[in-house]
Amino acid sequence: MKLLDLDYMLGLVPILLSYLPLTLGMALAGMVLALALASLLAVVRVLKIPVLNGLTLWFISFFRGTPLLVQLFLFYYGLPQALSFLTAIDGITATIMGLTLHFSAYMAESIRAAIVGVDRSQTEAALSIGMTNGQLMRRIVLPQATRIAVPTLMNYFIDMIKATSLAFTLGVTELMGATQKEAAGSFLYFEAFITVALIYWAIVEALAWLQRRLEYRLNEAYRR
Amino acid sequence: MIKIEQLSKRFGDTRVLDGIDLNIEQGEIIVVIGPSGTGKSTLLRCLNFLERPDGGRLTLGSLSLDLASASKSSILEVRRRTAFVFQNYALFANKTALENIAEGLIVVNRWPKAKAHARAREILERIGMADKADAYPASLSGGQQQRVGIGRAMAAQAEVILFDEPTSSLDPEWVDEVLALMKQLAQERQTMLVVTHEMAFARDVADRVVFMEGGRIIEQGPPSVLFTSPQDPRTRDFLRKVLPADDALSPG
Repeated sequence: MKLLDLDYMLGLVPILLSYLPLTLGMALAGMVLALALASLLAVVRVLKIPVLNGLTLWFISFFRGTPLLVQLFLFYYGLPQALSFLTAIDGITATIMGLTLHFSAYMAESIRAAIVGVDRSQTEAALSIGMTNGQLMRRIVLPQATRIAVPTLMNYFIDMIKATSLAFTLGVTELMGATQKEAAGSFLYFEAFITVALIYWAIVEALAWLQRRLEYRLNEAYRR
Repeated sequence: MIKIEQLSKRFGDTRVLDGIDLNIEQGEIIVVIGPSGTGKSTLLRCLNFLERPDGGRLTLGSLSLDLASASKSSILEVRRRTAFVFQNYALFANKTALENIAEGLIVVNRWPKAKAHARAREILERIGMADKADAYPASLSGGQQQRVGIGRAMAAQAEVILFDEPTSSLDPEWVDEVLALMKQLAQERQTMLVVTHEMAFARDVADRVVFMEGGRIIEQGPPSVLFTSPQDPRTRDFLRKVLPADDALSPG
């Protein structure tokens, strides 16, 4: 018996890669929606908008305080029972929903911290030349907050890509689900899961490279 | 003309500004001096609504408003008609020297970008920074940053430029180039209200020196009078502390 069936692994790669678009698609959709929601939550927190601020705190507390897997089961199995009009929520939708809500709770806090972290003098300078609050946010504060937030937000994105693997528990055949099926057919579990691990690793490394380039560009104005 | 009447401001229980009355003629250069913590900076910040005054009136050309109840739009109007130079420069860190100067023209005055940039280049030329147009603040010296800060204020074509201790954060080697630029503006009769500890600048450049203490204006007059024969004991006391013993600042 061979220690590692390399031919099997090489043959598995193209099969598994055909599920990559679904995995990355769910992660991208989740990231875009989570960023939008997190930005809203962060602005509510920064401006301390009455009532909404309290709701935001509860939202963040719940979605940060419970496991993503529990949230996914809640959306996929639980919600259709409680709300009859949701009879058919498919696994992919439930996954994107779960990723969005779960990660927006984390990201809201780092976006808020980034906004607050922009030096107060920048706001004063913008106000002194007669900018409105909206202009000052758009032109001065948010671009600078982006630079502060990007490293942590990229970390969440990396985390989110890996978290899409939980979708297989909702019956979605994505990268992880496909591996599970292939392994069950060949009984070569070790090879199959090593292969998928390497694929995830490669994706994350590619992203880390992108992140470094992005950070280099965002830091352009700050090099002496 | 700018007319400030009964301007007052408190922080908690502390009365920082206590009924300030001050008129500024067009083209006049006024230097405000006084001990630390007497409200000089707060006075400037109130005129730009970086602090919200508790009371008083401000007349700025055709615009006249109650400072405590000013509406959002009149606050914006006042900010557009006054420009501020900060002690810590406060340049936009994410923008180049050129963009710092052009930003207000583009965003606030809604100039087309090309026109604003052309204007910003003229100003860079005037402040001797034409070769640094594309440099970011982090790569500039303190003196260069403050000159761009003044350039940004010049771009606004404000009725008055408010200077809040513009040389206090600078290493000594950079002070002169900033003061030289301010003198150049003074020669062009740009209306200026300057808070500073640079007594030589006050003597050489100011039309009028205002001495403040405890949130009030104690005494004011042309530098030749105020520095040589101050009337109030508090002014005399302050000047004795800040002026060199050999009276190097006497007119001449």
